[in-house]
Amino acid sequence: MASSLRRIARLSLISRYTSTDGRWNTLRGLSTATDDLNSPNQCWTSNKPVNLFSAINQALHIALETDPRAYVFGEDVGFGGVFRCTTGLADRFGKRRVFNTPLCEQGIVGFAIGLAAMGNRAIAEIQFADYIFPAFDQIVNEAAKFRYRSGNQFNCGGLTIRAPYGAVGHGGHYHSQSPEAFFCHVPGIKVVIPRSPQQAKGLLLSCIRDPNPVVFFEPKWLYRLAVEEVPEQDFMLPLSEAEVIREGSDITLVGWGAQLSIMEQACVEAEKDGISCELIDLKTLIPWDKETVEASVNKTGRLLVSHEAPITGGFGAEISASIVERCFLRLEAPVARVCGLDTPFPLVFEPFYLPTKNKMLDAIKSTVNY
Amino acid sequence: MAQLTHRSANLLKPISAAVFATRGLTTASTTPITVETSLPFTGHKIDPPSRSVETTPQELLSFYRDMALMRRMEIAADSLYKAKLIRGFCHLYDGQEAVAVGMEAAITKKDCIITAYRDHCIYLGRGGTLLETFSELMGRKDGCSKGKGGSMHFYKKDSGFYGGHGIVGAQIPLGCGLAFAQKYNKEEHVTFAMYGDGAANQGQLFEALNMAALWDLPAILVCENNHYGMGTAEWRAAKSPAYYKRGDYVPGLKVDGMDAFAVKQACKFAKEHALKNGPIILEMDTYRYHGHSMSDPGSTYRTRDEITGVRQERDPIERIRKLILAHDLATEKELKDTEKEVRKEVDEAIAKAKESPLADPSELFTNVYVKGFGVESFGADRKEVRAVLP
Repeated sequence: MASSLRRIARLSLISRYTSTDGRWNTLRGLSTATDDLNSPNQCWTSNKPVNLFSAINQALHIALETDPRAYVFGEDVGFGGVFRCTTGLADRFGKRRVFNTPLCEQGIVGFAIGLAAMGNRAIAEIQFADYIFPAFDQIVNEAAKFRYRSGNQFNCGGLTIRAPYGAVGHGGHYHSQSPEAFFCHVPGIKVVIPRSPQQAKGLLLSCIRDPNPVVFFEPKWLYRLAVEEVPEQDFMLPLSEAEVIREGSDITLVGWGAQLSIMEQACVEAEKDGISCELIDLKTLIPWDKETVEASVNKTGRLLVSHEAPITGGFGAEISASIVERCFLRLEAPVARVCGLDTPFPLVFEPFYLPTKNKMLDAIKSTVNY
Repeated sequence: MAQLTHRSANLLKPISAAVFATRGLTTASTTPITVETSLPFTGHKIDPPSRSVETTPQELLSFYRDMALMRRMEIAADSLYKAKLIRGFCHLYDGQEAVAVGMEAAITKKDCIITAYRDHCIYLGRGGTLLETFSELMGRKDGCSKGKGGSMHFYKKDSGFYGGHGIVGAQIPLGCGLAFAQKYNKEEHVTFAMYGDGAANQGQLFEALNMAALWDLPAILVCENNHYGMGTAEWRAAKSPAYYKRGDYVPGLKVDGMDAFAVKQACKFAKEHALKNGPIILEMDTYRYHGHSMSDPGSTYRTRDEITGVRQERDPIERIRKLILAHDLATEKELKDTEKEVRKEVDEAIAKAKESPLADPSELFTNVYVKGFGVESFGADRKEVRAVLP
């Protein structure tokens, strides 16, 4: 199915994403053909090309429609949210189920935990992942451990926290960070990051319905830029299952979210030099699908991990360590990590900070020629 | 005092140093004038100060000039943003100028100010220059944070301006820390910790209030209430939008934040109070003409009529203009000339800022820790200049 579409979204007043540095030259091949979806329903009624924020919007509509005990709330979500992800929800489902909160992230998440503890689906939005830190205590100490410390009497499994993460080209210090690794250190929550509109819809619905609290990071660079065909109806994609989105034999590349698009470009470039790359989308960071990555590395003998967050203590380190444990004798080169630098996310130096295609290409070549 | 200053020299001077050249000021500029604030103050657990504010022709004219300059600067920043010369997030202050100018008139540079991300005009008020402002906005070397901070991160250490903070409400407890240090060092100075009506609902404010009151810190919590926390009207987000009362046990004062003299009177009063008795909240009833940030047109959650109404009836510059004319301190034409001067000054500063080079790529690694710490890096294209650990 032709689902690999790319469109530069028109410049909007809400989010001015540009592709001046060629970062999003292609999303081709990134999208999963719908035939491959691990969905019980293979007969899609209609697939319309939509962008990522619209796919999220569809998922939220379905979540509220299919479960009368689902709620959506956060800063400015009542009028559609700053990225338009919640457009139309308040009109359709009423202000009692879709509502604005004050600017108080700690309060939002604490409130959501309580709501979920009563058996509801609490879908909370933190406006930017950079603002999630006031709520860090609630997520780490309240949400993640509620089930464990109450001996399974209570839980907040209905909780899903959505937050846009990552670079946008000019976001600066507080609108660009990728904080996923902090949350991957917390047993009791799941961390999920989609790479495309279709993935976003299917994964978000899974997260909302998952009986565990989930932090769902949305790649905000792709909100408008990534466009692909998305089934209109209700469908779910499994959590904790990685996906091989490009097969290859020389090196395995593992990533998630918006970074996969850059990695895809690097794969295409490397192929011109005769290097065959296998690209894996991890999708769920914890608990993550070690088996898929392990099988791939056993095939290729080499591994490269890439993420936007700073390299030190990033989730790439965990993948690297686990694969070394499992595939030590099969590895033909040290595991390569191409990640953000160990600096605060910069404003004017963003192109230097980011794990760009060329950095990746250098790492692919030096790993293969090790 | 009154002399024509060469304009290009003004570029590098803080605004208050720019001299107003009008007739008759040489002798009369310091003659006191008494003006009445637009509205009475409302106090919470405190007797409010008098409505009569003492000023001078010189101060009136400088208020006019400073606010006109701030407004022009913000309008220019808007254009630069649209021309993509300013990247990142950018929050404009036009409409709220009276708060910056009035506050500065009541305090000294030894008093500290800390604010959130709508910080350009506070910076200018603290003595920052247009060149530093525009350079920082455009990420240039001559910026006040070497081009590394951008719009939300302006700082000026030599005049006690602690910035420029990006996370809503996070700067308020920092302000208490500053005030504690001032008190501990037995300085007779205070800290103004500024936040918006949106931030007033953050838990950090209440933690900060408790500490400040518990230890009688000379902290003045200034709530700039522009009535919209991003796109949400205050009454949709706050059970009680009477922010001056939200400190419960901490006294508060409601001030017309569109009247620079009311702001000045309130800040003077608050400083005296804080030095003697500890914290106080000042709620400045103000208004931003622009949207929350550059991505917000500012018209989806409020009517155009509302914005026009405020512009016509409460505009802070217009109020000062009327006072100047009523006291016959300058003619309409002279005020127009001031506006032209200001416009020219802004244009010149922008031209100069554009000449300032972008921050050196090696700056990517500096200031993370005391010493540089990093590796070699390159931009999106490997042919671009590389950054190396300094």
